[in-house]
Amino acid sequence: MSRQITYAQAISEATVLAMKKDPNVLVMGLGVDDVKGIFGTTLEARKKFGLNRVIGTPASENAMTGVAIGAALNGKRPIFVHARNDFMFLALDQIINNAAKWKYVYGNDSVVPIVVRGIIGKGWGQGPTHSQSIQSVMTHFPGIYVAMPSTPYIAKGILMKSLESKVPVIIFEHRRLYDFKQYVPEKRYTVDFGKAKIFKRGKDVTVVATSILVHQALKAAKIVSDFGISVEVVDPVTISPLDEKTIIASVKKTGRLICADTSWLRCGVASEISAVVAEKAFSFLKAPIKRIALPECPCPVSRQLEEFFYKDYQDIVCACFEIVGKKRPNNLFKEKEEDLFLGPY
Amino acid sequence: MNQTTRKKLFLSMLKIRRVEEQVVSVYGQKQMRTPTHLSIGQEAVASGVCANLTKKDQVFASHRCHAAFLARGGSVDQFFLELCGRKNGVNQGRGGSAHLSDASKGFFSSPILGGMVPVATGAALSFKLNKTKNVAVVFSGDAGLEEGVFAESVNFALLKKLPIVFICENNLYSTNTHIRYRQPNSPIFKRVTELLKPKQINGNDVEKVYVDAKKAVDSCRRGKGPVFLECLTYRFREHVGPLYDYNIGYRTKKEVFDWEKRCPLSLYKRKILKLKIMSKKSVELTDKKIMNEAENSYAKALKGSWPTEKDLMTGVY
Ligand SMILES: Cc1ncc(C[n+]2csc(CCOP(=O)(O)OP(=O)(O)O)c2C)c(N)n1
Repeated sequence: MSRQITYAQAISEATVLAMKKDPNVLVMGLGVDDVKGIFGTTLEARKKFGLNRVIGTPASENAMTGVAIGAALNGKRPIFVHARNDFMFLALDQIINNAAKWKYVYGNDSVVPIVVRGIIGKGWGQGPTHSQSIQSVMTHFPGIYVAMPSTPYIAKGILMKSLESKVPVIIFEHRRLYDFKQYVPEKRYTVDFGKAKIFKRGKDVTVVATSILVHQALKAAKIVSDFGISVEVVDPVTISPLDEKTIIASVKKTGRLICADTSWLRCGVASEISAVVAEKAFSFLKAPIKRIALPECPCPVSRQLEEFFYKDYQDIVCACFEIVGKKRPNNLFKEKEEDLFLGPY
Repeated sequence: MNQTTRKKLFLSMLKIRRVEEQVVSVYGQKQMRTPTHLSIGQEAVASGVCANLTKKDQVFASHRCHAAFLARGGSVDQFFLELCGRKNGVNQGRGGSAHLSDASKGFFSSPILGGMVPVATGAALSFKLNKTKNVAVVFSGDAGLEEGVFAESVNFALLKKLPIVFICENNLYSTNTHIRYRQPNSPIFKRVTELLKPKQINGNDVEKVYVDAKKAVDSCRRGKGPVFLECLTYRFREHVGPLYDYNIGYRTKKEVFDWEKRCPLSLYKRKILKLKIMSKKSVELTDKKIMNEAENSYAKALKGSWPTEKDLMTGVY
């Protein structure tokens, strides 16, 4: 009964199901039609539906996004894929000045429901321009939704949901989650926008974590539970819209908030969630909020520098001890864990 | 062409080939954790172009930048230190294979396609404003030109008659996709405006590259405005990484082998021997020496010091 599939397979499955159900669903982007098919996520679609519906594009991100918008305006449902979300920067004009404004400016009857998938790279020397997590940039603008699926189940459900909605949706997939396996139903189902998922209940600290950091938070929660700290792990699932209700209810219960995000602090998702809680649940806080995010420098390539750069469960463990005012035992962890990703990308 | 230049061209290609082969032979050790785009097979372009440049000219490249880095005289030691992520790498371990840069050599690269084209155009603007005779050169793959910034930069370069040479290394592929799926069936050089004095040349013939690049660079120095060269060439190895990839199905073994018969290095080696520019013996010795140097540089790189936690934040605004 338990059909385990990977995050990558879950994305592929959602794509194929949607394409089967709706002949207007297309896949577009650089390399979607090549032999590797975006880490395998578009291969099945290409095999089943051919090159008229899985359309490889030249390296012209902005123009091709405009093309996707024009097609969407006429009833198509393009999924536009970027093998690294960093390449989405080249398409910001079309995404933000056109897609995000369309319905608001041109009227309710006119929508451009594109889905943009961007993959976050991490480690193995992905470096300054191939490893960023640009969710806060996209979240800033009204008119588009932003999702950060943390599991295969969510990845499939949120893509299915996006392909049935009228909103332009940006989905940030984490490359390091691609091989993560889990039971995922074979049939069609959806995961809602704006509905956070509580991965673990707890009463002392709320950790709101995005994407891959949900798993780091769960690992941290397990470690600190041996020291009597009970952590609640909340995954917002979509950053925009943000499920403030669930987050605030959790903080009201625990009185403490740690926010962990895959990107930088400044104007980032961790900051936004902190601001919401500070504004709406301030009197429930027993300690200052803690944010865990990347150091304020670009991502270096060097393996050694990467170790200093990235945050993981150890940072969350430390924050948990600090926020409850307990002394962290020495030798809790020996060293940073060796990065087991065998690479290359 | 004089014998000194011929020898210089040959040695430049030989060095690039052997240094990259060293990368190939040790990449599996996973000490170089940086996605690596090799130029094996395309050495003639960087060698032929860079041999025309002075120290004060500037060169910009994309992800596939090893050849141009080395042709520009970049240090092999610092190259390996960089690929191994060490502190004394040419980018202090921050850039890796795809951002190889050395300001002291007027060389910069970035793996965002098209990203360096306007920057090179800006360098050319400053050369012109400063009334220097310097030239900017930008290397781009065939897919790099699909980015909008290329057309925009060309427009501006023509408008201002900037001293810039746009080099397109057309190796037919963008990652695993043949050019016929990405661009109309007309040569790139014809699609760029007549004003650019565009030309398509055999990018595996290093002398042809040298001669045409020389004309281009000289014309830039004389204030005649930008030039565009499409150099037809071929990448032997996979898009990123050290292996052959004819087994994965986007190109055939025959195609790769046919191109290997047109290997710029072996073709030129034959000529160098025939013209007696170097003796067989001396070619062999030099080759051996380069291979040893590359091996030593890698060994030294493995002993290079790692950056410390303090190094993470130094130099950030
Ligand atoms: C803006 C942007 N889009 C996509 C990519 C992904 N990418 C990296 S290399 C490459 C192929 C480039 O082909 P080409 O310019 O012909 O150079 P070649 O690799 O053949 O030397 C692609 C698509 C990128 N680096 N930047």
